[in-house]
Amino acid sequence: MLNYLISGISLGSVYAIIALGYTMVYGIAKMLNFAHGDVIMVGGYAAFCASTYLGWPIPLCILFSMMICTILGIVIEKLAYKPLRNATSLAVLITAIGVSYFLQNIALLIWTSNPKAFPNMANFIPAISLGDTTISSTTIITIIASVIIMIGLTLFTGKTKMGKAMRAVSEDKGAAQLMGINVNATISITFAIGSGLAAIAGVLLCSAYPTLMPTTGSMPGIKAFTAAVLGGIGSIPGAMLGGILLGILEKFAQAYISTQLSDAIVFAALIVVLLVKPTGLLGKKITEKV
Amino acid sequence: MGKKVNFLGKTNKNSLKGLINFGIIIVFYAFITILKGAGGLTNALEGQLIPICAYIIMALSLNLVVGISGELSLGHAGFMSVGAFTGVIVAGAMKYNGVNANAPRLIVAIVVGAILAAIAGILIGIPVLRLRGDYLAIVTLAFGEIIKNVLNCLYVGIDNAGLHFSVTDEAHMDMAAGGTTLVRGPMGAVGVAKASSFIAGIILILIVLFVIQNLVNSRTGRAIMAIRDNRIAAEASGINVTKYKMIAFVTSAGIAGAAGALYALNYSTIVPKKFDFNTSILVLVFVVLGGIGNMTGSIIAAAVLTVLPELFRQFQDYRMLVYAIVLILVMIATNNEKIKALWKRFSAIFSKKGGNVNE
Repeated sequence: MLNYLISGISLGSVYAIIALGYTMVYGIAKMLNFAHGDVIMVGGYAAFCASTYLGWPIPLCILFSMMICTILGIVIEKLAYKPLRNATSLAVLITAIGVSYFLQNIALLIWTSNPKAFPNMANFIPAISLGDTTISSTTIITIIASVIIMIGLTLFTGKTKMGKAMRAVSEDKGAAQLMGINVNATISITFAIGSGLAAIAGVLLCSAYPTLMPTTGSMPGIKAFTAAVLGGIGSIPGAMLGGILLGILEKFAQAYISTQLSDAIVFAALIVVLLVKPTGLLGKKITEKV
Repeated sequence: MGKKVNFLGKTNKNSLKGLINFGIIIVFYAFITILKGAGGLTNALEGQLIPICAYIIMALSLNLVVGISGELSLGHAGFMSVGAFTGVIVAGAMKYNGVNANAPRLIVAIVVGAILAAIAGILIGIPVLRLRGDYLAIVTLAFGEIIKNVLNCLYVGIDNAGLHFSVTDEAHMDMAAGGTTLVRGPMGAVGVAKASSFIAGIILILIVLFVIQNLVNSRTGRAIMAIRDNRIAAEASGINVTKYKMIAFVTSAGIAGAAGALYALNYSTIVPKKFDFNTSILVLVFVVLGGIGNMTGSIIAAAVLTVLPELFRQFQDYRMLVYAIVLILVMIATNNEKIKALWKRFSAIFSKKGGNVNE
């Protein structure tokens, strides 16, 4: 029981980090960055290559992976999403799906579909044993990392000048621009932060589940988006709450109901929540003005 | 006066466009039949004929949601899957009860498959259509995954007492001796008695075209398009948004179910994994490439993009990569304001009515 709860929180923390990336981009650019899950995969491969082929130390691998993903995030935004700034959400979403497929298939060509064994990069502190259950090092680091990231992001968006600019752009792009905020730069930075977080999530995810494939990111990506929607999209604590709830739900469903049906149960939970509270658990209801 | 002529011209153009679609399908059928008679059809291509029909129907169905209703469904393969497995079960049960002729089995399978997929469409439509845009897309995606997962653990068998279902394994179905298993979980439906034929596929496409074009050109269709173009204005004009969205969505789901039944009864084995997210995206590529809202485009794109990979087998690895790039480029080219303006200017040079650019 406790075992499942802890592994659920651990998985949920990874979802939460990914969901934070989704929620920030959605809050500011008002678009569902479908390719976010595949940025995780690229982050995983970048860390894998740095450590296995180049033999770099772990912190350097993680930094390298974050750097690659940050650049990738900015490039994707500039090339694919920026030309569609004023297009319908349908057009942007289809483009994002295209980017997602592009990344997956590029990875397939470079690294083939054979799964790579990912070295555990998150085991530098000792495991803790509570009675008969042992909490692994990876689990502890994942949970701590997600909490630090959430607090950091909350402070960043709340206290810094850039954070203020982000909130302004998220509320009203036009008015923000009139106040002298560089909207394009703000959106680029949001993508950079979201993609950097995706790299961390990629390393943590692959450390816990050490098979790396071109499709590694897509399912966690979709579930993390589910988590972001569950918690209320655009809200940072909501992404955290949604992620952890979803992780726990998934682990419990696997343990007590059926391994095969666990994904179905997770998605069914999303549908139920949206039915009852269409803006998610912590989302604000926005009335539409004509 | 000028306005009236324009209006009449437009209606004529609409019905003409509709006839063109029927014409294309009939010419396609005639062409394939002649080619077959002349022996010009390779085995690989002949095997693709029914899948082509099924994908054309899927593209038409998705275009109804994406193009006419303006919502993105990422779980259309889920509806296809419902239709496919329902069709397989129905056709299998009929065969077990002594109906051996293909035509009645196929017709009943398609009809029941379409009805069950439409019911699935209603069930998913109730929560989904309260949401908008991106939320709707993600929930349809979730729905597609749910369907795939559930079918992955579904076991169906038939004996003298009727159908037996189980979600754990074959033994739990409690079948009497002499019963047959129709669907076995992740292995899918094995030993399906094939019933589909090319002519049936063509007839189904014609029926689907008839249904969609009549829907689009009716009062209902105009209401659906009004909601797509401006939801608030449509609502203010007294259009029941949920009702009309539901009509489009459920019709589309039913059509996808029919396509699924046609597709499944063409193979002796069909697995739930076949109808995954990739299939939904593939159909979306057909719709986007053919032109969102353009039925003729969907037909041509679906047919060409199903045949092309067969002809270029050596480029198999690059196929999805090319699709991805095509998706991005088409979306940017058709939605970027600068490129749009450039295109307008470009076409103005070549058209005689160059002055009407701003119309």
